[in-house]
Amino acid sequence: MFRSFGPNEALYIITAVQWTLLLSAIAFAGGAVGGMAIALARVSAIKTLRYAALSFIRVFQGTPLLMQLFLVYFGLSIMGVGINLWVAAAAALTLHASAYLGEIWRGCIEAVPAGQSEASYALGLKYGDRMRYVVLPQAAKISVAPTVGFLVQLIKATSLTSIIGFVELTRAGQIINNATFQPLTVFSLVAAVYFVLCWPLSMWARHLESRFAVATAR
Amino acid sequence: MSNVVPENTDAAVIMRDVDKWYDSYHALTAINLTVARGEKIVVCGPSGSGKSTLIRCINQLETIRSGTITVDGIELTNGGENVDKIRREVGMVFQQFNLFPHMTVLENCMLAPIKVRGVSKAEAEQTARRYLERVRIPEQADKYPAQLSGGQQQRVAIARALCMNPKIMLFDEPTSALDPEMVNEVLDTMIDLASEGMTMLVVTHEMGFARKVADRVIFMDKGEIVEMGEPESFFSNPQNERTKTFLGQIAH
Repeated sequence: MFRSFGPNEALYIITAVQWTLLLSAIAFAGGAVGGMAIALARVSAIKTLRYAALSFIRVFQGTPLLMQLFLVYFGLSIMGVGINLWVAAAAALTLHASAYLGEIWRGCIEAVPAGQSEASYALGLKYGDRMRYVVLPQAAKISVAPTVGFLVQLIKATSLTSIIGFVELTRAGQIINNATFQPLTVFSLVAAVYFVLCWPLSMWARHLESRFAVATAR
Repeated sequence: MSNVVPENTDAAVIMRDVDKWYDSYHALTAINLTVARGEKIVVCGPSGSGKSTLIRCINQLETIRSGTITVDGIELTNGGENVDKIRREVGMVFQQFNLFPHMTVLENCMLAPIKVRGVSKAEAEQTARRYLERVRIPEQADKYPAQLSGGQQQRVAIARALCMNPKIMLFDEPTSALDPEMVNEVLDTMIDLASEGMTMLVVTHEMGFARKVADRVIFMDKGEIVEMGEPESFFSNPQNERTKTFLGQIAH
């Protein structure tokens, strides 16, 4: 009565990685744009902006990603947009990534010594030029390692979208498991695929971190 | 405290009844100071006396609570657009150099003229090379700040400020972060600058420099200008007890 687990089943799971990757890429790209806005708002001279960004971060860091997924998913359908799994999954993960990247990048911007901004003010540089040419290039260097580290978290977090029925790696595993009932084999394979994605990224992040440590040690 | 220089609307800097607070801490109290064009002023005093705060108010790295500051005929109002105008005319050199570490020496010198003054890249480079020549490090133009010694970095910082063609230069303890053997190369650069007629306000404890260059020496303590005078009389015949104590402590 059960299907047996063969090459076709394995292939089905492995090819589902493309949806995991695509969703991760969309969430990361969206999160990069949103995160930059949040980070700049957090270090803004305008109080209202600072507090708005802080509230956004508090909400998204203080609630489970799964609830955010549910709220966006059901929220969209209640608003009459209809149930679109792609839109719901991408939107929820983008908001999630924006909050986390925003906070990571705020830290990186604030890690640039205050003297850099003071020198910019003293030279008469305006906000845009100060950020673009002086502060952000230095913050970017600091941010690479933690940003890659967050990307690893984000890839793993896409597995939660399986719960609203979005078919990616984890959901593909569930589907195969329902048909074959070989959970150990199936989910070992699923985990292995995540590992193959995430482990090199983690290694890369660590490499970047040590390279950065060397660069700042002089 | 009476001002030695009479009120002069054409002065480089006029500070009137300036008060500055950090929350409940009174950082500057009733500061009155007029700096004539071309004048060199040395500000000294114990740490925490407000001397750095005083010069940082002139290009509004610090905002003041009350009083007025007029720079180059333009009145500084907190946060107003005049701040931008004044910062273009006032150069500043910091204790910690504050060079941009991700840019070469040349790029450090070219950024503000291009972005703020809107000069062409070629012109900015020409100006930068000229000033690097003047601070005697033209051969370092393509290096990064971290590759230079402290004294060289501070001379680059001076060149960077000069590239904006400022009318007034502020120096905030420019030699305090330097190894002793590098102090003189920076002071010599500043002496050259002074001899060319630049208006300078210098916070420093280098009393040799003060004697040589200053038109007036100001002694500050607890946020007030305690004593002000020409170096000759200031050093040989200080009037105030606090000045005497301070000079006694740093004399050698």
